[in-house]
Amino acid sequence: MKLKHSLIVVMLTLFTALVGVSAMAEEKKDAAPAAAVATEAPKAPEAAAPAAAPVAAPAAAAPATPPDVKPVLNTGDTAWMLVSSALVLLMIPGLALFYGGMVRQKNVLSTMMHSFVAMGIVGVQWAVIGYSLAFAPDMGGMGLIGNFSKFMLNGLIVMKDAASGTVEWTLFQNYTKEPGAIPELVFAMYQAMFAMITVALISGAMAERVKFSAYCLFVLLWTTLVYDPLAHWVWMTEGWLFKKGALDFAGGTVVHLSSGISALVFLAFLGKRHGFPNERMAPHNLPLTLLGVGLLWFGWFGFNAGSAIVGVNTSDAAGGLAGLAFATTTIAPAAAGLSWMIAEWIHSGKPSALGFGSGVVAGLVVITPAAGFVQPGAALIMGVAAGLVCYGGILLKAKLKYDDSLDAFGVHGIGGTFGAIITGVFATVGATGLLAGNAKQLMIQLIAVLAAGAYAVVVTLIITFILDKTIGLRVEKEDEIMGLDQTQHSESGYNM
Amino acid sequence: MKLVEAIIKPFKLDEVKDALNEIGIEGITVSEVKGFGRQKGHTELYRGAEYVVDFIPKVKLEIAVSDELVAKVVESIQNTAKTGRIGDGKIFVIGLEEAVRIRTGETGGEAI
Repeated sequence: MKLKHSLIVVMLTLFTALVGVSAMAEEKKDAAPAAAVATEAPKAPEAAAPAAAPVAAPAAAAPATPPDVKPVLNTGDTAWMLVSSALVLLMIPGLALFYGGMVRQKNVLSTMMHSFVAMGIVGVQWAVIGYSLAFAPDMGGMGLIGNFSKFMLNGLIVMKDAASGTVEWTLFQNYTKEPGAIPELVFAMYQAMFAMITVALISGAMAERVKFSAYCLFVLLWTTLVYDPLAHWVWMTEGWLFKKGALDFAGGTVVHLSSGISALVFLAFLGKRHGFPNERMAPHNLPLTLLGVGLLWFGWFGFNAGSAIVGVNTSDAAGGLAGLAFATTTIAPAAAGLSWMIAEWIHSGKPSALGFGSGVVAGLVVITPAAGFVQPGAALIMGVAAGLVCYGGILLKAKLKYDDSLDAFGVHGIGGTFGAIITGVFATVGATGLLAGNAKQLMIQLIAVLAAGAYAVVVTLIITFILDKTIGLRVEKEDEIMGLDQTQHSESGYNM
Repeated sequence: MKLVEAIIKPFKLDEVKDALNEIGIEGITVSEVKGFGRQKGHTELYRGAEYVVDFIPKVKLEIAVSDELVAKVVESIQNTAKTGRIGDGKIFVIGLEEAVRIRTGETGGEAI
């Protein structure tokens, strides 16, 4: 435990220092001639920021910039986004099965409940305040967090005539130069699913010993204080990382890196499961886990291909970009499943089902930030690398003997970080990375990773510390041995 | 009367049952059991975490037989359950004092 604490402290100082330095370096570059920024504007992704557009327009004297157009509802896009939202929701039961199968029989319900209750808590939180904090206009102009103007999803429906109930739907237009738009309500619900699954990912590190009440509070606090600001930074056009041009197609940084690294922080306070690593803690039902992998992959098409809605310089949700994301979301996990399986086959003698499934999830995690920025060939390479890197991450855990029960950090933390960084290497579609000669993009990716990682670490540290000192994070030792299903929920998973 | 108790490899169950039918055995009790002998357990590997499984699944047969059939039954089980590899199991022969058929109340040799 002591070792963990000091490890966290070291990591923390390292991160904050790095972020400070890199932010300063960037600041200097930004202060350089404004003319350079203006000429760069048409090809740089930050040109997509509608907020930046009015400021840049007078300086650049608007040489060839097409005029802004009014948003027009596109029914095809809307249909795809409705489907995508439902697909992403399905990932959460998928995650519940994925995790539930990997724990011992006595903890299956509690583990699945971690995912399900996140749907409840975040579903409510998102409607009340979450969407506003993430996607409302900026508070204070720093690009750090949204204001309260969309509290209770306020303003997404405009009442035209209260007497007859005539309303007008507020439209979400991603790119102001193209008319295609979807109802903002659909966009808000699509984003709600992302918020739900992100915090549920963390539960994999806490399984089999966390107190349910502490977990519920953690879900609420973490989503509000960590996820919502990060989503604002990276995806909101006014967010500071968005303006810097950080590439995160569907949430490598916001979703996977943030949840994975937060899981590690939580672990430092939570400690190991009783009996770890000597007692047998083998997965009790791997068929459930494989079914979960299947549902996750299926839902991930909504996660990645649906994210074309926020693609750079386009307003199309259902179009070529979605098709590209769909293709990379097929190729990368396929390759990653194989590379993990083969690595395991060579390294430990047998190709395991859990290994293949884990590889698929690793591939999905790694391709997430890059899904609409890379070509199929790059997706293949990234997939192969994903399987190998995350397999290495898992082995590292076995060596270091920290108890990340279901490898939330090993897969999502390591995979998310790796994916976010190499997106800056392989990007060629709608943005350019290192291989296309744009070394600056890799630098921006590193800044985004460090900033998001450091922020998630610091805030999670504070939340966890407070929860630990007040209500406590763990169940009693006896309850842990009895199993969380019995002691936290008065149920058992199997009555046969 | 004797009780023949045989611990065998699970996949051999059908073969043994058929062989016992052939020699006129009319009733067997089967249970799934776990244990270890000279074969010991095996290891399982989940995401780099290795677990030793000490007890391996076996099938236990219990057959009540008359004295004259015992040798035949033991021989039959030994022949059919044998693979020649370690872990084929054991056969125990135990003395049996009494047997009662619950439905009719018959006792002794009549009951088996």
